[in-house]
Amino acid sequence: MNMSIDISFKIGGEAGQGLQTIGYILAKSLARGGLYVFTNQDNESRIRGGHNFYQIRISDNKVENLTEEIHVIIALDEKTIIEHKDELVRNGVIIFDGEKISVKKYDENLLNVPFERLAKEKSGSTKMANSVAIGAAISLVGYDHSFLESVLKDEFGSKGAEISDKNIQASRAGFNFVSENGIGEFPYRVKKIGDSQDFIFLNGNEAVASAALLSGCKFVSAYPMSPSTSIQQFFASKMKDYGVVFEQAEDEISAINMIIGASFAGARSMTATSGGGFSLMVEGLSLAGMTETPIVIVICERPGPATGFPTRTEQGELEFAIYAGHGEFPRAVFAPGNVEQAFYLTSKAFNLAEKYQIPVIILSDQYLADSYFTTERFDISSIKVDRGEFFTESQVKKLGEYKRHLITESGISPRLFPGQKLGLVVTDSDEHTEDGHITELADVKINNVNKRFRKLELLKKNIGTPFVYGSKDADTLLIGWGSTYGALKEATKILNDQGSNVKMLHLSEIWPFPVEAVRNELKIPDKSISVESNSTGQMAHLIRAETGIEINKKILRFDGRPLTPQYILREFRKGR
Amino acid sequence: MVTLKDYENGETAWCPGCGNFGILQAVKKALVKVGLEPYQVLMVSGIGQAAKLPHYMKCNLFNGLHGRTLPVATGAKIVNPKLTVIAVSGDGDSYSEGGNHFMHAIRRNIDVTYLVHDNQIYGLTKGQASATSAEGFVTKTTPMGAFSKPLNPIALAISQGISFVGRGFSGDIEHLSTLIAEAIENRGFSLVDILQPCVIFNHVNTYQWYRKRIYKLDSSYDPKDRNAAFQKAQEWGERIPIGKIYTQDRLTYIEHDPEIESNPIIEQKHSLNNFNKILEDFKI
Repeated sequence: MNMSIDISFKIGGEAGQGLQTIGYILAKSLARGGLYVFTNQDNESRIRGGHNFYQIRISDNKVENLTEEIHVIIALDEKTIIEHKDELVRNGVIIFDGEKISVKKYDENLLNVPFERLAKEKSGSTKMANSVAIGAAISLVGYDHSFLESVLKDEFGSKGAEISDKNIQASRAGFNFVSENGIGEFPYRVKKIGDSQDFIFLNGNEAVASAALLSGCKFVSAYPMSPSTSIQQFFASKMKDYGVVFEQAEDEISAINMIIGASFAGARSMTATSGGGFSLMVEGLSLAGMTETPIVIVICERPGPATGFPTRTEQGELEFAIYAGHGEFPRAVFAPGNVEQAFYLTSKAFNLAEKYQIPVIILSDQYLADSYFTTERFDISSIKVDRGEFFTESQVKKLGEYKRHLITESGISPRLFPGQKLGLVVTDSDEHTEDGHITELADVKINNVNKRFRKLELLKKNIGTPFVYGSKDADTLLIGWGSTYGALKEATKILNDQGSNVKMLHLSEIWPFPVEAVRNELKIPDKSISVESNSTGQMAHLIRAETGIEINKKILRFDGRPLTPQYILREFRKGR
Repeated sequence: MVTLKDYENGETAWCPGCGNFGILQAVKKALVKVGLEPYQVLMVSGIGQAAKLPHYMKCNLFNGLHGRTLPVATGAKIVNPKLTVIAVSGDGDSYSEGGNHFMHAIRRNIDVTYLVHDNQIYGLTKGQASATSAEGFVTKTTPMGAFSKPLNPIALAISQGISFVGRGFSGDIEHLSTLIAEAIENRGFSLVDILQPCVIFNHVNTYQWYRKRIYKLDSSYDPKDRNAAFQKAQEWGERIPIGKIYTQDRLTYIEHDPEIESNPIIEQKHSLNNFNKILEDFKI
C-alpha cells in the first residue's frame, strides 16, 4: 500500500466558544487541497457552557464516517483533554493555550500555543484566538497555510477586509509559532493532493434541501426541531432568489396540513422534522394517504423516547416511519447512507410521491444531518422531474366529468389542480366516491382500498436493489441501513483486510421492502448480523416480518453516539 | 352570469330543521353575490356536521381532518392566490381541536374566509359540551353543568387584530349571505361566527331563543372602532348583536410578499437551469 493519509482532528470546548466555526474552517481548508474530509459535531443541548466537540477526518481516499483514532486535539478547555486524551494515537498531540487554561501534567504530547496572547498581539483583541488555533494545527501537520488563508478570506470577507485580514494575521501567528517552537517531527503529515473544484462539501441536511429545490419543491412548511432545522433554514434562505415559499408553522400538525393543502393546490411540497414532530404529523400522514395527496416528509431522527437526547443520534424510528398512521395506505420510506444518497433519493422521493400520489418519508438522523462530507459534484442533469398523470382537455371526452379518485387499472387517478374550468377537484378524508364525495357504501370502500394498494404494486418496481460490498462468498453478513453506511463499509473492509470473509448489505430504499433482493442475500441467516443504532434491532424485525428469515445476531448502539468501525469491530469480536 | 343553480348539488345528510340548511343557502347566495363561479372557489372543511356543507354544493373541496381546516386552506392559498379559499366547520372543530391554528391564522392574516357554525354543542358525536357552551350547560359529558367559561371567539379575534370578524344567524339567510359576501371580499383573514340552533341536542339555544335576542348592527355602528367592537363582542344574554363587528386594514400574507402574487407558485415552470447555482453554496 502506498503512503496514504488518514488523520483525525478533534476540537473540544464549551458551547459558545465557536467550535463549529473553527471546525468548518479547518475542514474546508483541508478539503481545498483536494483531500476528502468528513466532519461531525457532538453538541450538548445548550447554548453556552458544557462540553462539545467537532471532529474532522481527512484522507486521500473517500471517507464517509468517523473513526475513534485521533491524531490532533485542539483543546479550548481542560475538560477536552481529560475526556479525549485516551483517543489519541501514538505520538498524537494536544494543542492548547497554556496561558489561558492551567492544566495538570499529562503523559500525552502537549503543545502549548498562546492562542489569546498571539491574537491580541496581531489583531488587538483576543476574539481571533480561534484563528490562531487553526493556524497552529495546520502548521503541526505540515500543511500549506495558503488554503487556510483563502478560506478565512471567503468566510470573513463579508464582514469587511479588516476582519478577514486580522484573522489571517492571527492564523499566521499560530502557524509561525508552531513552526518555530514545534515539537520536532510530527509523524502525521498532510499535503495537497489535487484540485478541489470537482468536489463539493456539504452535510446531509444540505443535500436533502438542495435536492428538494432542484427537484421543483416549491413549498416547505415546518416547525423548528433539532436536527431538522437546517433543512428549514436552507430552504427559507432561498425564498428571495427562487420564488419558493417557506412558512414556519405554529406546530407540526399545521406544517403537514399546510403542505397537504399546497400539494392539493398544485405545488411540490415538503416538511422536515424529528421523531417528536413526526408523532404530531401522523394524523396528517394518514390524511395524505386517504386523499392521495403527494407529500415528502423528512424525519431527522434523534434518540427518544420523548425528548430523549435532543442533539444526538439514533435510528429508533424505522418501524415508526413504516407503520405510522391510522388505517392502511401505501407509502415509501428511504433512509440515505451518505450525502449522495440523500441528494438522489430526495429527488426520487418527489417523483414517486407525485407519480403514485402517496406520502414519501426520508429517514435521516442527526449523524447524517449534521455531518459534512466532501463528495464529487452531483450530476444535476440526471435530475428528472416527473409529476405523474394529469387530467387534460383531451381526456374530457374519454373520461367525462373530472373525478379526482377515478378507479383505474393502475390505481392512479389523473390529477387536476383546483381553479381550472376543466373540472371541480373534490377529495375527502372520509371514504369517498370516485368524484371525491363522502360515502358509506361497502363496495366503494373495497374498490378504493384495492385501488390504493394497486399503486403499491407499481411502486415496488421502483425500489432499487440494496448495496452489497465485500467478499462475494462471505461466511458472515453485516446488515445495515441508513446513516451507518460509512462505518459499516469501513468495518467490513478492515475485517476482510485482516483475513475475515465478510459481506455487507446496506438498505437505503427500505419501503416497500425489497423482499426478493434481501432474501437472495440472506443465504447464511445464522451468520448474519444486524448492525443498527437502536436498542431493539428494528431492521432485523422488519426482515423477519417481510422475508420470514430470523436474524438473531445484532450489533446495536443506543447511547446517542454514532456507530464507528471500531465499535462494530469490538462488538463483532465479542461474539467470536 | 353565475346563478344559484350553478351551485346546486344533491341531497344532504342533515337532520330536518338543522341550522345548516340556512347556512348552505346563505353561502351559495353569497358566492353568487360576489360573482364567483364554482371552479374559482376552494372550500376546505374539517369534521362534523358543518364540515359536510361543501359536499352539498358545487365547488372545489378538500374535506380534511377535524380541526385542521385552516392549515390546509393556508397552504392552498399561498401556492395559488387566485383561488377564493373558504374554510368551513363547526365550533368544536374550529375553537377546540383547531384553536391554535385559529390564533395563528389571525396573526398570519392569510386571505381566507372562515365560516364557523357555532351551535354550542357537538352534534355528530351526539351531544357533548363545546368550547362555546354556556356555563352550567348540561350535556352528556357535563352532567353537572359545564364548568369552563365559554370561549368568546369574537373578542379573541379582535384582541389579536383580525382583519374582519362578523356574527351571523342561520335563521336570517339574507343578512347572513350579505355578511359572508363581505367577508369573502375582505382582503385578509375573515371570521364569520354563525349562530345556529342544533334542533336535536341543544334545547336551550333554539330558533326562538335567538330570535328574541338578536338585533342587527345598523349604519350608526362603526366597525372600525376597536373599543366599540370589544363592547359589542361582550354583549351576550338578553341582547345579541349580529353583523359586521370589527374590521381593519391590514397587509395580508400574500401582500407582504408580492412575489407570491406576481409569480404564483402554481404557475412557475420549473427549470433546472434556474437552479444551477444552488450547489455553488457547497463548492470548496
